[in-house]
Amino acid sequence: MPVVKQEVLALSGDEAVAYAVKQSDVDVVAAYPITPQTIIVERFSEYVHNGEVDTEFVCVESEHSALTACLAASAMGARTFTASASAGLALMHEILYVTSGCRAPVVMAIVNRALSAPINIHCDHADSMVERDASWIQIYVENSQEAYDSVIQAFKIAEHPHILLPAMVMLDAFFLSHTLERVDVLPDDTVRKFVGARKIPLVRSHEGKLVPFKLDPETPVTMGPLDLYDYYFEHKRQQEEAMQRALQKIKQVHDEFGKICGRRYGNGLIDPYRMEDAEIAAICMGSASGTAKVIVDHIRAKGVKAGLLRLRTFRPFPSQDLIKALENVKAIAVMDRSHSFGAHGGPIFHEVRHVLYDAPTHPHVVNYIYGLGGRDMPQTLIHKIYKNLQKIVETKHVETPVQFIGVRE
Amino acid sequence: MTSKQKGWKDIPIAGVCWTPTTEYLTGDWRTYKPVLDLEKCNKCLLCYVYCPDGAIEWKREVQAIEFNYKYCKGCGICAKECRQEAIKMVLE
Repeated sequence: MPVVKQEVLALSGDEAVAYAVKQSDVDVVAAYPITPQTIIVERFSEYVHNGEVDTEFVCVESEHSALTACLAASAMGARTFTASASAGLALMHEILYVTSGCRAPVVMAIVNRALSAPINIHCDHADSMVERDASWIQIYVENSQEAYDSVIQAFKIAEHPHILLPAMVMLDAFFLSHTLERVDVLPDDTVRKFVGARKIPLVRSHEGKLVPFKLDPETPVTMGPLDLYDYYFEHKRQQEEAMQRALQKIKQVHDEFGKICGRRYGNGLIDPYRMEDAEIAAICMGSASGTAKVIVDHIRAKGVKAGLLRLRTFRPFPSQDLIKALENVKAIAVMDRSHSFGAHGGPIFHEVRHVLYDAPTHPHVVNYIYGLGGRDMPQTLIHKIYKNLQKIVETKHVETPVQFIGVRE
Repeated sequence: MTSKQKGWKDIPIAGVCWTPTTEYLTGDWRTYKPVLDLEKCNKCLLCYVYCPDGAIEWKREVQAIEFNYKYCKGCGICAKECRQEAIKMVLE
């Protein structure tokens, strides 16, 4: 299939998300505004007001209610979207687990913002990182174009009858949410056709009949009732199975969409940049990856075999892809834009080092906590990280495995 | 828990019930069981109204209430509400 001709728009990350939702034929949006996600909800409510979409827009009194309304709508078979950030996502915490446990494929955009206190509206990944165990698919984007592409893909991944897990698409506060970028958008009908109608699988009901997996008075089912030591564990095991299946599904949907729009982000799970013969590499998520690519080009020009591995999908964690991509790398710097206080490093560091324990080779892996509360991550600091990696390769010695970079002493 | 219970590959997702909940015999939870003194009972049916589990049945043929011990959890609400003190909670 040839790449579809697209319209070039100047959109902020938030606007790109709203535009993607507008084109994805969403039935219900229930959302509560919070900086820096507000523009998503504002733009979308304008689409509703102008009659550009036939979405039911539910104004709620809190994020807890927003996700509860989405969960209920999704359980009835509706395509459902919400968006939040920081404290708003934290308030949704309880319902995040209920949503995934009810296998309701809600799609949510998270504009990554620091958690209070002290109060801060700027970017770090603490808000979504604490929700990594909630059985939601997590995709972190690098730019506004990818935010647009990923939200469209998220509906198709989450709603697939073999997956049925909710999905979060994360974009960095302000760096992406409030910055105008060139975004190529597909025609409405192309997106609508790509996402398609939500397919509802059949389940065995209490009446012993095979009925659609949705709340419908005509074919009643009970979802998410009391489930004690006799079956709760089995239901959680099913969620893990769906997560593992999602690895393949994310790749497949990313590839199908890539054929239509002509854009690809690695294989959809990891997005390697100049990694082919890399001896040193940084692993990064989100918008800082763009800056890191500039540094890779810069030091490659000086003959250093450096690469960048951008992690696009954090849940499910692409262990095998990561092992394969890093098999010839001698020293790795994992960049975390959040910290697990009291732990040995940040959350991405934990997972990357943990996965490499089973790898045939054992490269040095160090951790840099950076950019908390929107602190800038300039080229000079990323350059310093690659310099340190070069030193580790030369000396075969790691002085400090976990460092905070860009913080004043 | 019995070996008859199904594995995760064989049950519906999301906790969807594939059998009626009446197959779950909550009477197993009971420590005290309600026992009726027919002499004292004036058949007002307050116990029937208050029972949160629908475990008290009106038996038309004998014109008396009967406890369904398959589902009665032994909460004692019926005994508490009975104005005639016709229901006693007895240790199982």
